[in-house]
Amino acid sequence: MRPVSSALDRLSRFGRFLWSGWAGLAGLALIAALWQAGHEAYGDFILPAPLDTLIAGWRLLHDGSAVELLALTTRRALAGFALCAVIGTAAGVAAGYSPATLRLSRPVLTVLMGVPPIAWIVLAMIWFGASDRTVAMTILVSTTPVVFIGAVEGVTTRDRGIEDMARVFGAGPIRRFTHVAARQISTQLFPALILALGSSFKVAIMAELLANAGGIGGALARARAMLDIAEAMAWVGLAVAALIVVEYVLIRPLRSELERWRDAAAPWGVKR
Amino acid sequence: MTVLELQRIGHSFFGRKVLDAISLSVGAGEIVALVGPSGSGKSTIAHIAAGVVDAREGRVVRRYHRHTMVFQDPRLMPWATARDNIGFPLRLAGVRRGGRDGAIRAAALRAGLLPEDLDKYPSELSGGMRQRTAIARALVTDPDFIYFDEPFTALDVALKRRMQDLVIKAAASAHFAALFITHDLSEAIRISHRILVLDANGRGIAGARILPGAPGSRDDAAVFALRQRFLTEDPLFARIHDIDERLRP
Repeated sequence: MRPVSSALDRLSRFGRFLWSGWAGLAGLALIAALWQAGHEAYGDFILPAPLDTLIAGWRLLHDGSAVELLALTTRRALAGFALCAVIGTAAGVAAGYSPATLRLSRPVLTVLMGVPPIAWIVLAMIWFGASDRTVAMTILVSTTPVVFIGAVEGVTTRDRGIEDMARVFGAGPIRRFTHVAARQISTQLFPALILALGSSFKVAIMAELLANAGGIGGALARARAMLDIAEAMAWVGLAVAALIVVEYVLIRPLRSELERWRDAAAPWGVKR
Repeated sequence: MTVLELQRIGHSFFGRKVLDAISLSVGAGEIVALVGPSGSGKSTIAHIAAGVVDAREGRVVRRYHRHTMVFQDPRLMPWATARDNIGFPLRLAGVRRGGRDGAIRAAALRAGLLPEDLDKYPSELSGGMRQRTAIARALVTDPDFIYFDEPFTALDVALKRRMQDLVIKAAASAHFAALFITHDLSEAIRISHRILVLDANGRGIAGARILPGAPGSRDDAAVFALRQRFLTEDPLFARIHDIDERLRP
């Protein structure tokens, strides 16, 4: 009985998610309309038509090489993101539980966040050359603080009453963490992770462009050198598409599985 | 046979002594109500006895097998359905998912929850239903001791009565002992075998009164008469409604 109903519940949530795609499509159409208006006002050279860009993107994909470049950038972005997720979460949780560590890490964080990512790219290029490691390190340094702060917030704002409850019912410190605290931390951590994933892609492309390390960033640099605006726009579009695919295939399903209760608590107008 | 014994418990918050020389005992199957003015440290006593807070002084002797607790706020996990919230103690006890269902259903029934409520999340339940879920969670492992920490304070009068009846019935059928913290004297009279009055300053137990008859056997008139007698004639209850919350954290 219960597996059936939970499968049905999942199916209905998936259907609702697909249905919400219409709203997303409407938003995209709005952007395309504004874009088209800009194209008609400023001409082909400044802003190529959205349709031309779409065709250029399609051509790039069918070339074969685009898929490879996309995969390279996605792999780099994901590697950097995975590193920052693991390190940021572990350090943030540890700091959240230890006030002394938190106090020590605050100024470090301010310094880290104050250094512009461009500066990190320059440093990383000097240290590692134009390689995957340059990209990974830049992502790591620029996105870890977000994840760290998310994890710290999750630990410090958790409801200790529920943990006391678990203690009364016989949970030791480890099970209090795994059964109760971890769930509460994740609600703060997920938005931070989504943010970090987005900036991982952006930073990866930026690092590739500046370090001339290939991937989408390298392709963008080439398109700029050849003044091929439609291709440059197409690359931007492909990068955004790759990010969207990763976010909706990897992060969102995990989140909606973990946070079904939020869905239940959401007001009707937000749900549909 | 005593199942819970507190021996000269003392506790302080931030250097200020809130409890001193608290000694009390609860017998098997006995429901003891602990009353006292707001902020006199009643809840802290329950938390010390249940092991949530470690006492600075004194000793807690527990001779029961398993205790549970009903808190003032339901303290349900918002990410879990009522079913999983009720089943949480079973999960901690290592009962496999498939084996929990029967016990969860039985506990829910005793707490007056309907089967269709079990798949709802706490945010979809009313305040009374949430407290019922918390009670079901406390009953699900068949404990022989339950702590009640002002569990019905936030509920309206009618709901409060229903919940009290529920506890009285559950105690009669399951024979658990309980320490029931409350500031409501009528509630204490309705529900317990014995009332302990905490000293207004947390300096020991001021005294005890054994109530006639079994809990649940006293009708409204008897409860009211007893309450009036305690409040007007009994010096033990003279300061029970004193409130000075500024004096204590």
